Amino acid sequence: MTRTTASRLSEFIVGLLFGWGLLISGMTDPGKVIGFLDLAGSWDPSLALVMGGAIAVGFFAFGMAKKRTRNFFGGALHLPTSRDIDKRLLLGALLFGAGWGLAGFCPGPGIVSMAAGQPKAVLFVVAMLAGMLVFEWLDRLGRRTLTSV
Amino acid sequence: MTIDWTHFTPWASLAGGIVLGLASALFILVNGRILGISGILGGLLAPKQGDWGWRAAFLLGMLAAPSTLAWVAPPGLISAPRIDAGYAAVVVAGLLVGYGTRLGSGCTSGHGVCGMSRLSPRSLVATGTFMAAGFAMVYVIRHLF
Repeated sequence: MTRTTASRLSEFIVGLLFGWGLLISGMTDPGKVIGFLDLAGSWDPSLALVMGGAIAVGFFAFGMAKKRTRNFFGGALHLPTSRDIDKRLLLGALLFGAGWGLAGFCPGPGIVSMAAGQPKAVLFVVAMLAGMLVFEWLDRLGRRTLTSV
Repeated sequence: MTIDWTHFTPWASLAGGIVLGLASALFILVNGRILGISGILGGLLAPKQGDWGWRAAFLLGMLAAPSTLAWVAPPGLISAPRIDAGYAAVVVAGLLVGYGTRLGSGCTSGHGVCGMSRLSPRSLVATGTFMAAGFAMVYVIRHLF
């Protein structure tokens, strides 16, 4: 097996594992997500445990990653370098949170629920991809306008 | 506030969270990538030479998750999803999530899990902001209308 094939296979397995995690945790149930976001109603604290469990493991993994320069296959370790807390970050997070609360889907669970055959999840993913394409288009338009000035 | 004990699933949610953490750990250490769904998808919509294969492989794995888990999981582990939002709300939500996650460079996985695990101030602010917006939206939908 070549290194590229092994990489692709491991990426597939991590995707599978991540999808399983979303299903087991309850993140793919919008009712559960909205139950967590409904502080004023009957509150379901489950999602705090999802976040807690994931971050507890992630904390050690990223601690290890920071001390390394190469990944397992000898390739680059792509750690984020951006540190700006700007208008884009805040406005983006606000819009995302509003959409998340509106239907109870975030991107990962939307994709997994679509694969499980939920018609509303299919519609959600199509609209989400459209929203992403609108962003790409506006972003390119903005950059072109900036460079032409 | 009252606790919704009937829907509270502490063990399944904690176990699922640990699996999500393990996947994020493997992705950075084995593949050298941040496990952020909106970023992975965004890169597929505007593909660059040599930068789409890993995204496609990961996405295919996610798509295979429900059918494969159904083979191995004990019955009743995965509850049927409750989707209260109507079709119009689902479309608006999708547009907001798609545009917002790309503008803010991340979602629940990239900022919420990986960024928080790295103790990144940027991700901490993003996660606090999208959670606050989520709380506010659910308050408006459930308690004002």
